[in-house]
Amino acid sequence: MQDEPTPTELTKSVADFLRNDITPLISGHQAFKLRVAINILDLVTRQLTREEGSDAAEVERLRALLGMDGSVMELNRALAERIAKGEIDLATPGVAEHLRATTMDKLAVDQPNYASYKRELERGG
Amino acid sequence: MIEAELSRSVKRWCKGATGATCAAKLSGGASQETWRFDITHPDGAIGAILRRSPKGYGAAPTRAAGLAAEARLMQLAFEAGVPSPRVMHVLVPEDDLGTGFIMQRVEGETIARKILRDDEFAAARPHLARQIGGILAALHRLPKDKLPELRSRSATQEIAEFERDYRSLNWPKPVFELALRWLRDHDPGPSAETTLVHGDFRNGNLIIGADGVRAVLDWELAHLGDPMEDLGWVCVNSWRFGEIDRPVGGFGSREELFAGYEAAGRKVDPERVKFWEVMGTLRWGIMCGGMMQRFREGPDHSMERAMIGRRASETEIDLLRLLAPRGS
Repeated sequence: MQDEPTPTELTKSVADFLRNDITPLISGHQAFKLRVAINILDLVTRQLTREEGSDAAEVERLRALLGMDGSVMELNRALAERIAKGEIDLATPGVAEHLRATTMDKLAVDQPNYASYKRELERGG
Repeated sequence: MIEAELSRSVKRWCKGATGATCAAKLSGGASQETWRFDITHPDGAIGAILRRSPKGYGAAPTRAAGLAAEARLMQLAFEAGVPSPRVMHVLVPEDDLGTGFIMQRVEGETIARKILRDDEFAAARPHLARQIGGILAALHRLPKDKLPELRSRSATQEIAEFERDYRSLNWPKPVFELALRWLRDHDPGPSAETTLVHGDFRNGNLIIGADGVRAVLDWELAHLGDPMEDLGWVCVNSWRFGEIDRPVGGFGSREELFAGYEAAGRKVDPERVKFWEVMGTLRWGIMCGGMMQRFREGPDHSMERAMIGRRASETEIDLLRLLAPRGS
């Protein structure tokens, strides 16, 4: 077991430093790049915070849907293959709900300000 | 310095020109660059744009029409009254500038978010969806016998190509699989009419002023195909920049777009437009994946490219909203 602070606390501290102390000092293209860098650190922080929980829920849904066990990657490959073969589609019970929940979990990490994500969130995720 | 070559070049073909100044690179990938500069002229400076592949970068990527074709298309569009910059010169070897062309600079805004939010464009915004319909109709009517050589692809071939691109990412995306199935199931077959298709007509590739659209840019993906492709692509949610209830680039409704298109004497097939909107959404999603690949494998290791890889999920939610809507 590793010691504290946690990775989340560490990345957050760097992002906060860049945001609060460095942003006022630079301009132009470098300022744009700095904003991208801060966005990356914020994304990493969100992933570190959420991934474990969302992956566990995803695996649980996939097991029920596919009737098999495996890692989150293996189960996603299996689902992708069955959709490609036409064995599973949006009419299969639980599929639309599963894909929506999984995609919402991705966006919560990738782009929580994306307008369609926010609209779906207002509708209850 | 590029100004020396530009000066020598403009003196040869621009009557009265005495040189070139203020050259600044606007954008540039490894194979293609855009520069702005001013032509010094006794009647006053002439704003100009250079689009070129630097020396040693002759070969265009497979999907691109090539800069010579781009120049020809912009010239044809200009002559047909489609808002377009005037092409002033196609580069020749003596220019020593690589391959490409020089066009007149059109003033205005291309940054989509500014066009959608700034007061300067408030009066123009309500008219843009309809205006875009008219422009697309004119573009689809450009005389085929005058077009440069362009690739021609059916929807069926496009789906196969996207599938190959997606599989090469080797990262399972069940939503993309669903979209590929949907596209194959809804492939409308060859269109009744084959026309010039711009291929990347969207908010972000248009120069817009207070008076509306001033120029259509970025013709590099032009090809021959189903004209409804352009109407679908301009509606892809990724190009609404947050204004998701205004499908046409965040400006207005499909009805306005279709009305502008039909008022210009061309027919809309809404089913095909929907098909191409789904196709376009998947296309951008796969392109995001391609950005990730290029970030990982080089030569572009930039943070920006890395982050575009994380935008594929945006297209996944949009695909689900298109294919499995939950009602409004």
